[in-house]
Amino acid sequence: MPDFSQARNTLTKRILEGAGRASFSERRAAFDNSGLAEPVSTLIDKVARHAWRIADEDIAAAKASGLSEDQVFEIVVCAAVGQANRQYESALAALNAASDVAPGKE
Amino acid sequence: MRLRILESGHGFGTKTLFALIRAMSRQPVMDVVKLVKYRPDFYGAPMSAVTQAAMREPSVWSVGDRELMAAFVAKTNECDFCIKAHSAVAQRAYGDGHRVPAMLSDLGSEDLPEPLRATLLLLGKLTREHAVDSDDIRAVLAAGASRQQIEDALAVCFSFNVIGRLADAFGFFVPGPEAFDAGAKYLLARGYR
Repeated sequence: MPDFSQARNTLTKRILEGAGRASFSERRAAFDNSGLAEPVSTLIDKVARHAWRIADEDIAAAKASGLSEDQVFEIVVCAAVGQANRQYESALAALNAASDVAPGKE
Repeated sequence: MRLRILESGHGFGTKTLFALIRAMSRQPVMDVVKLVKYRPDFYGAPMSAVTQAAMREPSVWSVGDRELMAAFVAKTNECDFCIKAHSAVAQRAYGDGHRVPAMLSDLGSEDLPEPLRATLLLLGKLTREHAVDSDDIRAVLAAGASRQQIEDALAVCFSFNVIGRLADAFGFFVPGPEAFDAGAKYLLARGYR
């Protein structure tokens, strides 16, 4: 699926490096689920690890900390894509190890 | 939804489109549509390209198989909206010969052939534990999946690990079965673009 690989790269580049209302460093920190202060760190960690536990209060707390709705929208998207990327890359590395094919060589 | 901008922050043209969708489908506009249409250059447009590639590009997996994988990832993530949405698409894609609820609830179900069963097990582990190792992959290869089939399944897994997280974080409203059935017809006819 060459289109998928290209589309995934385009998505990641867009949300991390394109124009946005949240800063580049906030978007990157949300993507990595690392280096954010409370209460935003709690929200982003829930997005990454158990999104079904997110409650109204988690979003309300992020907004009360000074983030606009657009900034919350962006960092939640970054957190979701970041976690899915880590899963995908873990599996692709395992697939390469299991089938003894270097990445991109098939 | 938990963010007002996603509920009603769209431009005039998009709001007109939503009115048209409501009139044509006689169903409310799904929250997933409201999300992808909000500032689409940031998330909606690039993510739709990802999902379209994963779900509708040529693959050895049928569209029904990939929709079943989407529903299974959603089930592992406890995402009610995505379970219902993609169970409906899988059921419609497969037709009456398959029992999607049984396939989802029991991986030992006789409705579930190899290597689809082994692939679902892999996607479940990856979604639950966020990582898999080469032994997990070898089990799927041994069940008869090709390397390309595994890659294609991982693309589905990626897409629905993004979408399910957003459905839960933003608090998607879960409508009744008629709305999901209308959505399933649309996704089979038009895809994710």
